[in-house]
Amino acid sequence: MAVTAGSKVLNNVEAVRETLYEAMKADERCVILGEDVGARGNVFLITKDFVNEFGAQRVIDTPIAEASIVGIAIGMAMEGLRPIAEIQFADFIYPAFNQIVGEAAKTRYRSNGEYTCPLVIRTPYGGGVRGALSHSVSIEALFYHVPGLKIVAPAFPADMKGLLNAAIDDPDPVLFLEHKKTYRLIKGEVPDGHYTIPLGKADVKKTGRQLTVVSYGLYVHWALDAANQLESEGVSVEVIDLRSIRPMDRTTILESVEKTRKLLIIHEDNKFGGIGAEISAMVAEEALFSLDAPIRRLCAPDVPAMGYAEPLEHEYMSSPAKMADAMREMVRF
Amino acid sequence: MGHRDYFHLVATKSSTKNTPPGFARHGLTDEQLVAILRTMLMHRRLETRGFELNRQGKIPFASAGEGHEAVQAGAAMAFVRGKDILVPYYRDLGLDLGVGLRPVEVLLSLFGRADDHSGGRQFPHHYASKQLGIYTISSVLAAQLPHAVGAAFAMKYRNERDRAVLTTVGDGATSEGEWHESMNFAAVHKLPIVFLCENNEWAISTPLDKQMANPNIWQRAAGYGMPGVVVDGFDPIACYAATKDAMDRARSGGGPTLIEAKCYRFLAHTTDDDDRTYRSREEVETRRKDDPVPKFERLLVEAGILSAEGLEALKRSVLAEANEATDQAEAMPYPLPEALYEGVYADDFQPWR
Amino acid sequence: MAKTETKAKSLDRHGLTDEQLRAIFRNMLLQRQLDNRGFQLNRQGKVPFALGSEGHEALQAGAAMAFERGKDILAPYYRDLGLAIGIGLTPYEIMLSLFARAADHNGGRQFPNHYSSKHAGLMSFSSILAAHIPHAVGAAYAMKYRGEGGRAVLVTCGDGTTSEGEWHESMNFAAIHKLPLVMLVENNGWAISTPIEHQMAQPEIWKRAAGYGMPGKRFNGLDPIETYATVNEALQRARSGGGPTIVEGTCFRFLAHSTDDNDLTYRTKEMVLEQRKHDPVPAFEQTLLDAGVMSAADIEAMRKDVLRETNDATDKAEAMPYPQASDLYTHLYEGAWQPWQ
Repeated sequence: MAVTAGSKVLNNVEAVRETLYEAMKADERCVILGEDVGARGNVFLITKDFVNEFGAQRVIDTPIAEASIVGIAIGMAMEGLRPIAEIQFADFIYPAFNQIVGEAAKTRYRSNGEYTCPLVIRTPYGGGVRGALSHSVSIEALFYHVPGLKIVAPAFPADMKGLLNAAIDDPDPVLFLEHKKTYRLIKGEVPDGHYTIPLGKADVKKTGRQLTVVSYGLYVHWALDAANQLESEGVSVEVIDLRSIRPMDRTTILESVEKTRKLLIIHEDNKFGGIGAEISAMVAEEALFSLDAPIRRLCAPDVPAMGYAEPLEHEYMSSPAKMADAMREMVRF
Repeated sequence: MGHRDYFHLVATKSSTKNTPPGFARHGLTDEQLVAILRTMLMHRRLETRGFELNRQGKIPFASAGEGHEAVQAGAAMAFVRGKDILVPYYRDLGLDLGVGLRPVEVLLSLFGRADDHSGGRQFPHHYASKQLGIYTISSVLAAQLPHAVGAAFAMKYRNERDRAVLTTVGDGATSEGEWHESMNFAAVHKLPIVFLCENNEWAISTPLDKQMANPNIWQRAAGYGMPGVVVDGFDPIACYAATKDAMDRARSGGGPTLIEAKCYRFLAHTTDDDDRTYRSREEVETRRKDDPVPKFERLLVEAGILSAEGLEALKRSVLAEANEATDQAEAMPYPLPEALYEGVYADDFQPWR
Repeated sequence: MAKTETKAKSLDRHGLTDEQLRAIFRNMLLQRQLDNRGFQLNRQGKVPFALGSEGHEALQAGAAMAFERGKDILAPYYRDLGLAIGIGLTPYEIMLSLFARAADHNGGRQFPNHYSSKHAGLMSFSSILAAHIPHAVGAAYAMKYRGEGGRAVLVTCGDGTTSEGEWHESMNFAAIHKLPLVMLVENNGWAISTPIEHQMAQPEIWKRAAGYGMPGKRFNGLDPIETYATVNEALQRARSGGGPTIVEGTCFRFLAHSTDDNDLTYRTKEMVLEQRKHDPVPAFEQTLLDAGVMSAADIEAMRKDVLRETNDATDKAEAMPYPQASDLYTHLYEGAWQPWQ
């Protein structure tokens, strides 16, 4: 990979790690808390050796207690620290649901701005790693419904860094979703130094003319693979990386749909009530007459999760080939 | 061959006469003692097999419970099959074997085959068997405890005497709010349930002193208004005695008990964990000296319950059974892709009607 | 006067001055007065909801006296009217909350009794029991982290809340990290309609402290001086790095849970009347009279003043405007964020 001056090639784990490291160095108010984040350095080694450098008071190995990991972080935030809480796997976030939705999201609103909650909750999500029912789920649909929360799900290392910096700076609670399969799989150029990417901005990762594909997480990469395959067949597909789930970027989506007049939403989460539903509704409301085909969503079947056995995981998840088929069909419509 | 047939081949005749002083068997027969050892050996054998298969690239994952063999085999001996219910966690291979799970069922889970109890859906070690009374669980710690309490409530509600629930956690899970809520409810309603905590001092990389300020979990029982018992988790007979005592109390309407069995986790958390990153080799080596498996082997041989040859034969039998189960399970087919869609609801519900 | 001096000596005041004792009593009277006012306004149809704390006056006034304004933080629950005014909230602020006016700290958004005041150090909370306790723990962690000696968090809850998983997780974490925190349990024996024997099998909550590895103590929550002494000791320990404590004060809840509850559906009038015999307000009044700290005339005057203050606050708050419809949309995030950008 060619490297521009002032940047280096990192994978997603390294991008998150570097960003957290710089944030901890720059601001003493930042503390990291979660299960196994200290001595173990996080189960994916994201915070490896952080505890040696920043101390156990700033890199806290918590007891096994998800509700209070978030709850205690809220208290820290209300009292002036900048906590970055970690839920070890998104599948474990459910006990903390009330603290996120009922407390963090509402702190500023219910106190009329007197109390605020500048909190980041990081968690690895997503499948394709034989994680079965408790190490593979996508959770964004459960939370993006909630006013007061912000949610991002970057897929590329440079976006990881920029959005994580923005999340840490953000005065409101941000759920930062990291797709675990992309951790070591995806590498990219990451500019040196501190920079932020604003929340609520999607990114066109590949321009095209015949079809708009909107996706996020691991599936953006597979969608790009599929789109590149189609390019070699003379079909031009535009791929938008959503990056930010709440707030979501309507401008970029609508501009693209105006151009291509066809929309395919691809996400790993279950179809019913997933992110694709909101995007479809928005586009139907605002750009119905710009469409030459019905909006289509390519998503997981509505079953609780992918199974551990390979055929079950395979059936649940999409693939570049399945995505390419869907794209061809849309273009032919 | 099952352990019953096996026992007659390996037991020495004058077994009970040679019982060393201080060897309290708490009413266990020679046969039962050998059965306990066999469960411990099979536990260790199958766990090692999991690691071997993972290193060979045949299975993506295996979990490790070395150090837990005594507490699990001992506790399982107090479980009454066909009556009691077991709500375990994911490190309870020995308990599952001890209540009747067969090695082939374990391997089917590791290989994710269609004939696995969960149809290849669940992570390995999340065994469940309606027939044996082993509840289905997730990987979320302590989430199974309220379920165990509910099952115990149902038993009491239906006046089912002589039934009890045995539920387990590690030290880490006792920090969970749901542990607290479950203990409290069980105590208020005097439910027929035993909470067995297998304290192996590590929650992945979190040592006991980061998990709690008072390392004696059993001491919390009094706060809830139930008895709390501490036992040497490396002594299977002591664990049997404590569990039997508690289960009997539960079954006879005496309410719940908290048992803390102190043991140690010799290996990393799972095949995906590297414990060298958070604990010293010296610590692990020092604790290895208390390995309950060789200790119990020695005890039974010294007590004349097993001869040295008998012990070897027992080990060979365990290995043979493990090998047979491995081959059998490996040869079985994966679930079909269509199996993904089954069993979401009782009938064929689609989200859009 | 020799007579009152003798009596005054027999009162164990734990270092409290006459002025402080009078302040405690005034707090108790004001709490009861404001409490009653809420019920009156509800019966008059002027406010949709009120929640009473009769029976908790001594506990809350005594605890508030141990609180250091400008330094400590209070993380209360919704029955802590006495604590709120005890640490400095004014009757006017209380009434603004009851009337849900725009000038209320929460802009009229929160249920009544869900006080919040950054200025006074009173943390914002919701109606979800125990959800505020991890927040209190986090705030205590921040204090310790920044090396702020001389500060502590006083967090409160009722007996029912101690059954919550988050209570357990919070106590555990506070103990591990020896945080500057005092967990004050106001055990009034009822969680709406759930009596203590259905809430827990072992009714002395303070006994759980040993299991967590921290000290625990029980005190008579109907005695404001004993309350002060116990809470003060625990707060001093917390402020000086000695770690957390669970202190449990027993008291009564004379009224129903709230104006939407009818407690005769789950307990008898006789039961409540029996408990009323131990009403902490007349009891402390008698104590002060006996000790010569206040005369009957003083007390009468204080009562009148409390009523006047309550009336002034009521009138002033009632006259204030409601929030406007456009106020619904403010303070969602910092800056104007729409879900679709």
